[in-house]
Amino acid sequence: MDKIQLIMICFSFVLLLFIIILTRFNRIKVQYSLIWLFSGSILLLFSVFRSLLDTMAQFVGIKYAPSLILLIVVFIGFILGIHLSIIISKLTEENRTLAQEIALFANRIEKLEKE
Amino acid sequence: MDKKILVIIPAYNESFSIVNVIKSIKSISTYIDILVINDCSIDNTEELARSVESTIVLNLPINMGIGGAIQTGFKYAANKNYDIIVRMDGDGQHDPKYVLDLIKTMLNGKNDIVIGSRFINKKGFQSSFVRRFGKTILQFFIYLITKQVISDSTSGFRAYSARAVKIFCKKYPDDYPEPEEVIIAKKNRLKVIEIPVEMRSRDYGKSSIKGLNSIYYMIKVIIASLIESIRSSNG
Repeated sequence: MDKIQLIMICFSFVLLLFIIILTRFNRIKVQYSLIWLFSGSILLLFSVFRSLLDTMAQFVGIKYAPSLILLIVVFIGFILGIHLSIIISKLTEENRTLAQEIALFANRIEKLEKE
Repeated sequence: MDKKILVIIPAYNESFSIVNVIKSIKSISTYIDILVINDCSIDNTEELARSVESTIVLNLPINMGIGGAIQTGFKYAANKNYDIIVRMDGDGQHDPKYVLDLIKTMLNGKNDIVIGSRFINKKGFQSSFVRRFGKTILQFFIYLITKQVISDSTSGFRAYSARAVKIFCKKYPDDYPEPEEVIIAKKNRLKVIEIPVEMRSRDYGKSSIKGLNSIYYMIKVIIASLIESIRSSNG
């Protein structure tokens, strides 16, 4: 077993454990932990089953198989980043609507209190 | 006149000028309602605006930037069934005597957005050369997308129909909304026209568009415009 393979197995394992702990203590909501758990599982799968990695690497034409892991990590990183941008945009939009509603309601309450 | 008219003034730290702006609109007509949207100012803009009788003040609990503030005004106008909505700045740049011109252009009910353009008669404050250059590029982009020449797409001195306001309640840009607004309007088959106005250089404060901001402004507006142009019109 390569050193890099051992490192990757540890890394994926710790990542999965960390996400599960965070979710367990409500620091990450279950729906947002899914994408992490999925990514972590893929990493773990490829690190444990070296042959799977070798086959895949050969298939896409990468000579040094572990660098495929790196590629996968980068790829997952991108997807996660985009995923977060989507969530932030949604939150910004909702935040804006809420703030506007508060301003409009405050105005109505003020008017009612005057009457 | 049987039309309900509202002037909306988005204001962020405009304590030096807000009272004068409100009073000068009131001096034109007592028939017009005035709404100040206080975008979480850290000075006493709110108190000063309230000090002028019958001014409506909406307080945003968080600072949302110009787009969010204006949209709040639109939502208020839509709730209260206003027919004509005028937007002007709180810094004294927009000369209130043109408010009536904007309103008159709306009265026939055919126009949806009337833009007060300082480049039709080329009178008054014309802004710097660099800015005018940027504006020419914008003008070209907007023409490509809408097939309409807008001489002053960054002017925030505008009047809107209830129909336009209803559309903008659903969707409105966060920052630097003016050029994008034109594109959203045209996508929704609204009629946009321009009338000449004069603007003054602002009484106090500085433009938010300078230095690196102006580069961000150009890129943001152009990208937003391009994306808007490939989006479905009801989106």
